[in-house]
Amino acid sequence: MDWIIPAVNLKLILPEIVVCLFAILILVTDPFLSKERKIWSAHLSWIAVVIAFIANIRLWNLQEATFTNMFLVDNYATFFKFIFLAGSFLIILISMSYLKREEILHGEYFSLILFSTLGMMLLASGFDLVVIFLGLEIMSVSLYVLAGFKRSDLASNEASLKYFLMGAFATGFLLYGIVMIYGSVGSTNLGQIINHITSNDAGSNLLIWAGAGLLLVGFGFKIASVPFHMWVPDVYQGAPTPITAFISAGPKAAGFAALLRVFLFSFTTIKMDWTMIVWIMAALTMSVGNIVALAQSDIKRMLAYSSIAHAGYVLVALVAGGETGVSSALFYLLAYTFMNIGAFTVVIALGRKGQDNTKLEDYSGLGSRSPILAILMTIFLFSLAGFPPTAGFMAKFYVFGSAVKSGFTGLVIIGVLNSLISVYYYLRIVVLMFMQAPVTRTDNERIKVAFCAILVLIISTWAVLQMGIFPQSLLSLAQASVSSIF
Amino acid sequence: MEILIFSIVALIAVICSVQVIISRNPVNSALFLIATMVSLAILFILLNAPFLATIQIIVYAGAIMVLFLFVIMLLNLRRDEFGPERRRAQRFFAILFSFLLLIGITTVLTVGTFNSNQVESGWSKTIPAGVEPLAQLLFTKYLFPFELASVLLLVAIVGAVVMAKRRL
Repeated sequence: MDWIIPAVNLKLILPEIVVCLFAILILVTDPFLSKERKIWSAHLSWIAVVIAFIANIRLWNLQEATFTNMFLVDNYATFFKFIFLAGSFLIILISMSYLKREEILHGEYFSLILFSTLGMMLLASGFDLVVIFLGLEIMSVSLYVLAGFKRSDLASNEASLKYFLMGAFATGFLLYGIVMIYGSVGSTNLGQIINHITSNDAGSNLLIWAGAGLLLVGFGFKIASVPFHMWVPDVYQGAPTPITAFISAGPKAAGFAALLRVFLFSFTTIKMDWTMIVWIMAALTMSVGNIVALAQSDIKRMLAYSSIAHAGYVLVALVAGGETGVSSALFYLLAYTFMNIGAFTVVIALGRKGQDNTKLEDYSGLGSRSPILAILMTIFLFSLAGFPPTAGFMAKFYVFGSAVKSGFTGLVIIGVLNSLISVYYYLRIVVLMFMQAPVTRTDNERIKVAFCAILVLIISTWAVLQMGIFPQSLLSLAQASVSSIF
Repeated sequence: MEILIFSIVALIAVICSVQVIISRNPVNSALFLIATMVSLAILFILLNAPFLATIQIIVYAGAIMVLFLFVIMLLNLRRDEFGPERRRAQRFFAILFSFLLLIGITTVLTVGTFNSNQVESGWSKTIPAGVEPLAQLLFTKYLFPFELASVLLLVAIVGAVVMAKRRL
């Protein structure tokens, strides 16, 4: 029997190798660190992310597959990896002071964040459904644990368990979908799937349909779209706040990375047929997210529903399809990462040990207690609501613009109406911050913000304003990323 | 002949897996799960993959099931801990939707066509399949997923330790 060893190009998976090795390194070194020096694990982890980022820059404009076509490096994947690495970097920074405050500073936390980032990068680069599945599992298993990292907190335990049970269920759907597609195509490779579908008039084969539908369910769960959003509020509220920010930024973008690649690349010839389902999903996701967010009295829960709504806006870009659709989705996910992490950083800054202060009334009078934090929060909330001159406005503008160009005006009208609804609950916090007197007891304490959190606030604010005022450079980057998948 | 054996075993597998869910006694569920695993192993033999069948028996029907039964024994469940009555509406919708799902899947499986001649698996009818074709696939074509699986297992171990250890 002749053995053909596949061509392996390790240079292409260098960012993944760096992230994985550092994650293992942290696991190995952490037991030897004394309690005061545990913070070194955190430093190791952000160094890993920076090195991976640099390694990733060197892969820009490269289009090459390796490992028997299972792993593809193209600008699309590289762009997404920039989003994931930037998100993880910010999360690691805001985690340090948070973990110290809650006295749960353990090296495993940072190791799991790196592993989760590795999973996301595999989702973006996977060119085979098997790799996509494994990437999704590596990402999710780490997140299940991270959501329950406050082990003495019942809400955190609940979040972890709920996320795990629902996530395992959704994974089952995804795997069943992969099996159906394998059964009808005879391969799990995305390239061979598209060949099969185009050459065999597979639109009439129900197995492919069932497979695509089940894949949509599996991914729909990860990106938190309606009707697969049931887990979101409880998990977001119960998880440690930096992890909430993490789940809403990276994994959501990673889910979209795989979803867009599978549906717009492999199933592109049958796009007309699945567009209607995604259309309904997008409309439902936007509406349910925004309307339910109106009724929330806890800011983490409110941001959870707003994150559902934002998934809906990105689904509009998927419906639009084409190069403009995908590039606007990439730009949206990049902008969302920064504005969402920024908002969560302010939420963390207001918390005390064992007391998260996430009720909406905790925000009243913030403008007089800490004007700078209040102003930054206002910028992030304006961006989430989609006001100019922030990133959120430009992102929504491009998404809706691409949808109008593709002729989905009805969906855009629903989207714009939803944006209007969302203004109410975002601005309510701004009103509370600047126009109400403080009501709670702890208000006389000075709010201390850790150095790393300040750094995160500066980076996010800069990114949000940069993308809002001069969007051209990053938008052209996003546009350069999508040509490779069409 | 093959189709006959397949239908019988598949039927047993389906019935047993349904029983896993609907049995009220956890020990019964575990035993039915073993039966499901064994019928899956027979399906693997039908697919000309005796090695996978053996692994299925040793790992799933053997090791994992012993673990399950051990945990059930340790939990020391009482009669009333076998779960409260489900809400009526929920039961109605559960039955309705699983029925719809059943219809959907049956339609798909009867109308859709499997592409059996293109399936690029290691165990085609001509090669006697054992450890070697499987190993060949794992170390050549599926080298990358194979390595990723090790990362996934590592993450799972770390997660289990983080969740279960009394003092980190």
